[in-house]
Amino acid sequence: MNKNYFEVLRPGINSTFQDNGRNNFYHIGIPFSGAMDNRNFLLANTISNNGINNPVLEFAYQGPKLKYIGENISINVTGDVNFKIIRKNKNLEFSCYENIVLENNDCLDILSTNRSVYGYLSIGGTFEVDYYLNSCSTNTKAKIGANSGEKLEKGQIIQLKNIKKILPKNKIEYLNSKIENIRIIKGPHFDYFSKDAIDLFFSNEFNVTKLSDRMGIRLKGPKISNIKNTNIKSEGLVKGVIQITADGDPIIMLSDHGTIGGYPKIAVVISADYDKLVQIPPGSKIKFKEINLKDAETIFKLYEMETQNLISNIK
Amino acid sequence: MIKNISNLGDAALYCDFGTEVNKEINRNVINYFNNLRDSNFLGITNITPSYNKLVISFDLKITSFAKLKKQVENLELKKKINSKNNLIKIPVCCTEEFALDIKRLQKLLKINEAKIYETFFSKNYYCYMTGFIAGMPFLGDMDKSLFAKRLETPRVKVPKNSIGITEQFCNIYTFESPGGWNIIGKTSVDIFDNKKNTEPNLINPGDTISFYPISKQEYEKKI
Repeated sequence: MNKNYFEVLRPGINSTFQDNGRNNFYHIGIPFSGAMDNRNFLLANTISNNGINNPVLEFAYQGPKLKYIGENISINVTGDVNFKIIRKNKNLEFSCYENIVLENNDCLDILSTNRSVYGYLSIGGTFEVDYYLNSCSTNTKAKIGANSGEKLEKGQIIQLKNIKKILPKNKIEYLNSKIENIRIIKGPHFDYFSKDAIDLFFSNEFNVTKLSDRMGIRLKGPKISNIKNTNIKSEGLVKGVIQITADGDPIIMLSDHGTIGGYPKIAVVISADYDKLVQIPPGSKIKFKEINLKDAETIFKLYEMETQNLISNIK
Repeated sequence: MIKNISNLGDAALYCDFGTEVNKEINRNVINYFNNLRDSNFLGITNITPSYNKLVISFDLKITSFAKLKKQVENLELKKKINSKNNLIKIPVCCTEEFALDIKRLQKLLKINEAKIYETFFSKNYYCYMTGFIAGMPFLGDMDKSLFAKRLETPRVKVPKNSIGITEQFCNIYTFESPGGWNIIGKTSVDIFDNKKNTEPNLINPGDTISFYPISKQEYEKKI
């Protein structure tokens, strides 16, 4: 056994190892997976001076409680996350987006994400995880990736390797802004819906329901009625596609989505809004706003520049 | 040929080959898929063939809709023969405990059990696409006498390796999953092997499949 490891005292609600995701397997039914909030994933690895595809531990709502055994190690947490370190019976508070040092016998308690969903734990080193089809990303539906395709479980040991010397703080000033307006581009089945239904779709708020996870977000609001056919011949899906079910409710496809689907696609969320979309917790309201492809491409470039600025302003 | 290419959001191409479901259109889709897999177009992250559409997703940091659309339109098509295009034979055990919907089907189709199986086993099936859940093949076409609607209320859990039929199609549940297809048996073969790091799928788009019956004893010997 390695001398550096975490023992899982509490697994949290949905804690999985993730990296950049799995390319080029949609055609055999394996979705992209990977970290849900790509920017926070990237920032976590950047603060740890890791490669951009290094595995991180992703958690949702309540995170894990981990006991650390080993030599001093730098760690950081990204997202809007409430966490503490318990050291010799003392509670120590720290901030996200900076390296902190974990000592032997420390207990890292990731209590909750604040009015958001996902957070990330990265270490100055590497989680020892299994790879499948070029990625460690855990997909609990196909049971593939790190941790035999399962969520973290109570009592398990997470081995660590390539522990780095203690890292500088590498602090990033970042505020996870929340959004309510999700920008979309019209989907291929936009004309399956009446003008009234389209008006309802854009003028009303939708509630994010509890039936939301890494596969998708189910929304409730006014029924979006179909004038052509509530089913189509099944065809390929991508992240961010909004399908309208036979019941008239929108569902948004997220990173672990089924690769093909048979409901009409009314719209697709723009790439630049995806990281913020996945962070909207159940109970929130969202509203859709239509933009064109050219604007979506420009907004994505700006979003990427903003990410690069954050990284270059590391302190 | 592709009838139209439009954008699916800002990071995918939606290639439309028509509205009907038939082998000719689907072979066209799969031919494009195979040629695109061998192309060196930068930025492609996934290519998803289905009955009559092809969705190509890409990394918006690397390429764009306009650029990739032009490349796909100018793609030089070479006839690609799927190297694994042999006939794949799948054993099916039809004992009562596995054939969850055979009684319902007898009533619905007004054909007796023996005739249902005789008809089902006498045909070869073509794999239009795989997906929804990892490795699940969508096969067709069924004999018209076996066209049956899906269950009104889908099962919460269809057992892994169940063989399902609905309308002109049949499939194999590669994992335990919710589903509404009529279950007529269970195979002893794992169609998706999550231990295999290369080609985990036994059945791929464009393949031809035939099913053959096995007894409960043979089933138990094989698993």
